[in-house]
Amino acid sequence: MTALEGTSRQRSITYAAPVHKVSRRARVILAIRAFLTVIVALIMLIPVFWMATTAFKSRADAVAVPPKVFFKPTLEGFVNLLAERSVLAQARRQEMQARRDELSWIQRIALDAGTEIIGVSQYVGRLRNSVIIAGGSTVLAVLLGLLSAYAFSRFNVPGSGDLLFFILSQRMLPAVVVTIPIFLMYRRLGLHDTHIGMILLYTVFNLSLSVWLLKGFIDEIPRQYEEAALVDGYTRLQAFRKVVLPNALTGIAATTVFCLIFAWNEYAFALMLTSDRARTPPPSIPAKLGRGGIEWAAIAAGSLGFLIPVVIVTFALRRYLLRGVTFGAIRQ
Amino acid sequence: MADVALKNITKRFKTVTALKNVSFDIKDGEFFVLLGPTGAGKTTTLRVIAGLEKPDGGSVLFDGQPVDHLTPSDRDVAFVFEQYSLYPSMSVYDNLAFPLRSPLRNLSKDEIDRRVRETARKLRIEHLIERTTAHLSGGEMQRVSLGRALVREPRLFLMDEPLSNLDAKLREALRVELKHLQKAQGSTTLFVTHDQIEALTMGDRIAVLNKGSIVQIGTPEDIYDRPATTFVAQLVGTPRINLHEATREDDTLHVVDSTIHLPMPGKEALPSSFLLGVRPEDVQIHSEGDFPGEIVLTEPLGVETILHIKAGEKTMLSLVPGMTTLRIGDQVRFNIIRQRLHYFRLDGTRISV
Repeated sequence: MTALEGTSRQRSITYAAPVHKVSRRARVILAIRAFLTVIVALIMLIPVFWMATTAFKSRADAVAVPPKVFFKPTLEGFVNLLAERSVLAQARRQEMQARRDELSWIQRIALDAGTEIIGVSQYVGRLRNSVIIAGGSTVLAVLLGLLSAYAFSRFNVPGSGDLLFFILSQRMLPAVVVTIPIFLMYRRLGLHDTHIGMILLYTVFNLSLSVWLLKGFIDEIPRQYEEAALVDGYTRLQAFRKVVLPNALTGIAATTVFCLIFAWNEYAFALMLTSDRARTPPPSIPAKLGRGGIEWAAIAAGSLGFLIPVVIVTFALRRYLLRGVTFGAIRQ
Repeated sequence: MADVALKNITKRFKTVTALKNVSFDIKDGEFFVLLGPTGAGKTTTLRVIAGLEKPDGGSVLFDGQPVDHLTPSDRDVAFVFEQYSLYPSMSVYDNLAFPLRSPLRNLSKDEIDRRVRETARKLRIEHLIERTTAHLSGGEMQRVSLGRALVREPRLFLMDEPLSNLDAKLREALRVELKHLQKAQGSTTLFVTHDQIEALTMGDRIAVLNKGSIVQIGTPEDIYDRPATTFVAQLVGTPRINLHEATREDDTLHVVDSTIHLPMPGKEALPSSFLLGVRPEDVQIHSEGDFPGEIVLTEPLGVETILHIKAGEKTMLSLVPGMTTLRIGDQVRFNIIRQRLHYFRLDGTRISV
C-alpha cells in the first residue's frame, strides 16, 4: 500500500511541475476550462445550497417572495424536525416568556415559534432505523459479495456465466414493479415493517452490484500471489486474508460506498414495506408536508442532515477510491 | 530434501491435453531441468508437483510416498514464479519472512529474523531489506523471490523460468549464482526453461518436453551429442543443427540437391532415405576440404563467427573461432567431421549406427 502511495506522490509532483512551462495559449485554454468547470459546479450546487440555506431559515423566511438570500439563521427547522411540540395557548406563552432565561436554548427556539417541546420526534427513531438498515445491509452485501466474487473469480464454478447473469438480473426490475409481490410475501412471512426484512431486501439488491464490482477488482489481482502463499504454507482462507484482502481494499471501499448510498437513499421499498417500526427518513421527510402546513425548513433540515453520513463515509474512503485509478499489479 | 517421481501424469484442460503420460524421477540433490518450447506443458508439470493443479491421471511421489492427496502447503515445496512473485504491499523483509510466518511452521520471531537475514546475505540483498518491492529493479525482485524460496528448507525447489525476464548480463550472473547455491545446499531442484543454454549449463539432467510428452531424458551431453529426435537436435545448440534430407547409395551418403557426397562404408543400417544432422561446429572450412561452397552470409559474434555456406541448393551453417576475413561471395571448401554425424528417420527419430 505504501508503495503505491509513493508512486502517486511522485506522479503528482511530475504532473504539477510542467504547468509553469506550458505555452500562453495552453494557459488561456486551461483558464477557460477551469472557469467553465466552476460555473457548471455552481449550477449543480444551487439545489444543495438552496436546501442548506432553507434548513436554517425561519418559517416566514422560507416562504418569502422574492427568496431571501440574506436572513437571520435559526435552528427552528432542526428543532421542528427532531422534537415533538405542542402549540402554546396565549396565557401559557406569556408565562413561558417571563421565565425565558431559565429555559434551554432549544426550548427558546421553540418558544419563538410559539410552541413548546414535549418530547423527541419520531424522526430520530427513523434516522436510527436508517443507520441499522443501511449499515447492516451494506456490511452484509459487501461481505457476501466479496466471498462469492472470489469464488467466481478463482474457482471453476459450474454455470458461472448463467449464475452471474442471474445475480445481475436481480437489479434489472425497478423497485416499483416488484414492491407489490414483495409486500404480499413479507406480510405472509412476518417481515413487513421489520429491520431484518429491510436489511435482507437491500442486501439482495446490493449483492448484484457488489458481486460484479468486486469480481472485477479481484480478477485484477494475480492468482500467483495466492498460489505463492499456498505453496508457502498457508491455507486458502489464510491466503485470502493475507494476500487478497489487502490488495482488494480499493474495490471494497468503492463497493461499500455504492451499496451504502443505495440503501441509505432507497425510497420506494421503504415507503411500501415499512409503516412505523422500521420506517426510514426518505419516506418520512415528505410526510412533514402534510402536518399543520408545509414546514419547508424542517424538510430542508431533514434532507441536509440525511446527506451528511453518506458524505462522511465517502470522504473517509476517498483515499481508496482515488487509488482505484492507479491500481495495478507490480510485475517483475 | 527429497527425491521426486512422476508416474504417468496426464492433465487435460477442457479439450486440450496439456500433459500426456509424463514420467520422470529426480534424485535427491539433483538439478533437474525441464526444457521445452512455450506451451509444451512445463509450467503445468511444476504446478502438478506443487499441488496447484490436480492431474487427471497418474501420481506424484516424494521419497516414494504418493502426495496426490496433500494440499500445496503440506507438500512443503518452494515455488519461484516467472512473475508476480512478490507481494506489492510488503517490504522485502516481510516478503522473505512471509513463508516462515506460516502458522504451519510456528517459528519464533528471532529464528525468523535470523533466517531472513542469512538468506538476504547469501543473495546479497541485505541493503534492500527495508525497501518496498515497488522500488526494486527486475534483477533485485528476482533475487528476493529466489530468497523467498531459499529462506525455507523445503523438500523440493520448483523454479518456473526465474531468469527469463532479466536482461542477458544479469541472467548470466544469476545463472552461475543459482547453480552455485544449489550445489552448496545440495537441494533438489526442478528448473523449467525454454532456454537451451540455461538447460545445458545448469542441469545435471535434462528432460525435453514437447506438446505434453517427454521426448528425451538425459545428461546435457546425452541431449547435445545424442539427441533422440530432430526436435531435440534443433532445440539445443546455437546456431541450429544443419538438418537436410539425404540418401544412401551403397557406401555413399548424398545430401539431396547439394555438393555433399560422403563416402561412408559400414552404414548398411541406414535406410535409403533419411535426415542427416551436422552440428555447425562440425562443418569446418579447409583450403583442401572435400566439398565446394560459396559464402552467402557471415555473422561475426566476436568469439566465433557463423558462416552460411551455400553448397549446391542447400545452405550449411559453420561455426568458426574468432573473426573471419571471408567475405560474402567467396568460394570456399569445407570438411564435415564424419564421426559426429546424426542420422534420423524421416519421422524424426534417431537412427543409431
